[in-house]
Amino acid sequence: MRGPAHASDGRTPREVARGLLWASPWLVGFAIFTAVPAVLSLWFSLTDYSLLERPVFVGLANYRELAADPVVRAATRNTLAYAAMAVVGGTALSLVLAPLLERGLRGSGLVRAIVFAPTLAPPASAAMVWLWLYNPGDGPLARGLRAVGASSPNFLGDARWALPSLAFMGLWSVGSAVVVYSAAIRGVPRAVYEAAEVDGAGPVSRWWHVTIPGIAPAVLFNVVMAVIWSLQLFAAPLIMTRGGPALSTHTVSMSVYLNAFVYGRMGYACALAWVQLLITLALTILVLALARRAVVYRAG
Amino acid sequence: MPRDRRDNTGGRGAWPTLVLWLCGAAFALPLVWMVAGSVRPAPGSSAGVLGRAAENYAAVWADPTANFPRYLRNSLLIAGASTLGMVAASAVTAFGLSRLCWRGRDAVFLVLLATLMIPGPVLVAPQYLLMRELGLIGTLAPLWLPAWFGGAFSVFLLRQFFLTIPRDLDEAARLDGCSTFGVFWRVVLPLSKPALASAALFQVVASWNDFLGPLVFLNHRELYTLPLGLQQYQSQHGGTPWNLVMAATTLTVLPVMAIYALTRRWFVEGSGAEGLKE
Repeated sequence: MRGPAHASDGRTPREVARGLLWASPWLVGFAIFTAVPAVLSLWFSLTDYSLLERPVFVGLANYRELAADPVVRAATRNTLAYAAMAVVGGTALSLVLAPLLERGLRGSGLVRAIVFAPTLAPPASAAMVWLWLYNPGDGPLARGLRAVGASSPNFLGDARWALPSLAFMGLWSVGSAVVVYSAAIRGVPRAVYEAAEVDGAGPVSRWWHVTIPGIAPAVLFNVVMAVIWSLQLFAAPLIMTRGGPALSTHTVSMSVYLNAFVYGRMGYACALAWVQLLITLALTILVLALARRAVVYRAG
Repeated sequence: MPRDRRDNTGGRGAWPTLVLWLCGAAFALPLVWMVAGSVRPAPGSSAGVLGRAAENYAAVWADPTANFPRYLRNSLLIAGASTLGMVAASAVTAFGLSRLCWRGRDAVFLVLLATLMIPGPVLVAPQYLLMRELGLIGTLAPLWLPAWFGGAFSVFLLRQFFLTIPRDLDEAARLDGCSTFGVFWRVVLPLSKPALASAALFQVVASWNDFLGPLVFLNHRELYTLPLGLQQYQSQHGGTPWNLVMAATTLTVLPVMAIYALTRRWFVEGSGAEGLKE
């Protein structure tokens, strides 16, 4: 016997209405807080809007200005460079850490807990902690380097070091990727490892030929998420460097925020936000396309 | 803990263990330095470590330029109100998307999944205008009201859990005269306590940690939350008092870490790892 919920495959108006009613909290919220702002944002991106006066339609002028804006260019360059460093560094680190944690070594549980913990720290607090660690005067890193006789770079005060320093800080919250990879590794059949061992594969070879292909879907999922997140870099540079020195850590999200809420250029900010969304989308598609080619390559 | 796991052939030796422990230490170090920084002596102080800790933390609490108790109150209010609404609204929506059968359900679920991919900052500017239209700027509402319509991540988490509850239970309850709401309230919710707890924990942490939302929506200091208020301790009259900044930072990190320490399993099992199973 099928329950009432299945009585007619849910096609009757009554059943559809009931379903919509139950889904309505999220549907209404989606309409108010996502769909309407998205439409408004698209409209504002075609206007000159200072928040004090009514928006004035200007066509694609904002988009044309964006293409020539040196600050936006620097911000885009920095954001892409940060994403490249953060995604590559974070993926490499978590692909080494996760298998290490899954070897059943002494203390694995504790280390796993410690590695995950920083992902829960408030980003604003993490920014304060690393501002202190990177402090060139009496910050722990500078003192540590001086103690071993090395000279400490001015991590956040030197335009060559500032962005890599933020990317290095980003590695601290790699724990969520590690957890996903750990779960995926547990799903790789033991027999594959045993077969590889019989074939004389060493630990590194097993890692490369068994573990990595075995968890490829999880890697792809995480790389996509890491790309999306790293392209939004905001709190750390805003709090720690204000985008400096010399625009070297100015990011796209910061430009959106500053234009909308500090310079009073809402239309321009909305246009930039759409460009940011398109860049994110394009890079996500690129990653998926590369992944497909990699799968074909490995299989063939 | 089973000692014998996957990738463990002959590599159980001292070296991998040492590397593992060093990694653990490296990840712990920033937090250790944070706490160590919070007990550095204030200029002119000659107290011992515990005395200095007491001095610094008391100074943070009573600092005249910042208002720590107020920020704490705001953070707690927002976390409480948003979590309550988030769990309630997401549970209702997730029930509609998992245990009822209706045309259009899968389309709604796909849209919901797609919104998970939209970066938050992209929409924050028009959302601010919306909140201003609604007259909510100048209150804490912009930070908890949207949660009362549920969130894609919580709905997803709860839906996946609801799908694992056997359908026979619904049907038995209906035969006993339960309405749809009765099935939701008396059957599904009581069996879903772990998932509801996970959703609540994620929302508490997300709300506590939020920086962009408060930065955009809160326009005066009485409304500031802790992550925003933290910035007030930086560079007052010249040099930054790092001992106070680190003490304040420690106080904002501590609650999340305490929750994590007490509920580790829910966090690690709920985070992402579950999202891959479908």
